[in-house]
Amino acid sequence: MNELFGALFDPLFIRPFFTGLCFAALLPLFGAYLRLRDEWLAALAFAQTAAAGSLLAMLAGVPLMLGGLLAAGAAAALKSGFEGAARGVQGAAYALLLVAGWAVSVLLVANLPLAERLGHALFDGQLYFTDASHLVAALASVALFGAGLLRLSNGLLLAHFFPDFFRARGRSVRRIHFVFDLLVAAALALATMSVGVMAAFALVFVPPWVAWSWSMSWHRSLLAGVLVSVGSYVSAFMLALVFDQPFGPVLALILVLVGVVSSVARGFRHPG
Amino acid sequence: MLLKVSQLSVGYAAPVLGPLSFVLERGEILGLVGPNGCGKSTLLSALLGAVRIFSGEAVRAPGLVVTLQTQQQPDVAGVPLTGAELLSLTGADAAGLPPWLSDCLDVRLDQLSGGQRQFLHLWACLQAPGDVVLLDEPTNNLDPDGVVFLASALRARAADGAGLIVVSHDAEFVASVCSRLIPLGAS
Repeated sequence: MNELFGALFDPLFIRPFFTGLCFAALLPLFGAYLRLRDEWLAALAFAQTAAAGSLLAMLAGVPLMLGGLLAAGAAAALKSGFEGAARGVQGAAYALLLVAGWAVSVLLVANLPLAERLGHALFDGQLYFTDASHLVAALASVALFGAGLLRLSNGLLLAHFFPDFFRARGRSVRRIHFVFDLLVAAALALATMSVGVMAAFALVFVPPWVAWSWSMSWHRSLLAGVLVSVGSYVSAFMLALVFDQPFGPVLALILVLVGVVSSVARGFRHPG
Repeated sequence: MLLKVSQLSVGYAAPVLGPLSFVLERGEILGLVGPNGCGKSTLLSALLGAVRIFSGEAVRAPGLVVTLQTQQQPDVAGVPLTGAELLSLTGADAAGLPPWLSDCLDVRLDQLSGGQRQFLHLWACLQAPGDVVLLDEPTNNLDPDGVVFLASALRARAADGAGLIVVSHDAEFVASVCSRLIPLGAS
């Protein structure tokens, strides 16, 4: 145990720890609003597209983060084109986006020797190999995207529960949704560079899902989601270190376990 | 004058209502009554510019703030939002709510009855800061107590200086609460 805590406070691991911690706190907040809009699949599409964008950036010789951000931003812009479309059409668009992102990534990894290592890092999660630029990006994400989400929160809830409110007041709900999509895409692009595609998606999807079942208000559910996420993240970080495993899958499995336990407990509490 | 409608004819591919003329003043509750399908909801959408105007015009007072309550309510199943949080979204004041609602403002919406949710939704629109409130079939899903309370809330809102337009197939309710009635779709 002492060895474990020693490793946690090793300067080598402190930076990755706080990098991941930032995303563990931020992503479930976005996840709550994606879940409200029933658009959680879009998060996976953004993460997958960001991974493909990073690989393309490497090919083009531009910074990886820039490539991920641009690709995810383009995906968000494409997604906004489906605003107002039937739910089935939207879901199909997100699925196509995510399949396309995956296909481009795998083809690049298969055909470019240099892309193979980065591809594995993006899909498995390269948290332990993050550097100062990742930490700066994570801190900036929390500050900028968190503040942006705070500003959008009321509008997003209003648009969901009173869809005609904006129309009646001559305001555009599309603009709010578009800005939200850009923030989600950017946050996921940066998170994908650090924790990997599926771990980033799991942080978006599972904590709000668990929190919604148990929380008695919206604000408490946001807090509960962050607590579930951060708790799972810290556990995964330590377990992956102790057992020398890739971080992304360990975090994803812990979140799945938390989700299953929560569902079973919920079932016992409210049978039928 | 809050709103002036002149010879307005509205619809989608073809006109479904009109021509219609009326003026809405502050403190007035205008009732538009008619059978289902006569175009009442279409008229409200037209006042917001959401459906096609074939002829005539609807002129708003400068800077007019309008709130619309529609029959469609989003599915709240599984969403951890309380009644108090719902009201705060539109800036509606919870003061004046009936006791059977004010006592459960901290309860999640998905744990309330359909009638309670409907009334909260109505209240959030009715009490939102603004000049004009458009209400589409507000008595749907309300029990008799709810309808009585709604009538007094509409009168109080009008007394505060707002102008209200109520469209409903419930001629009795509209006649009891509105200061002026316009029948629609009468052949």
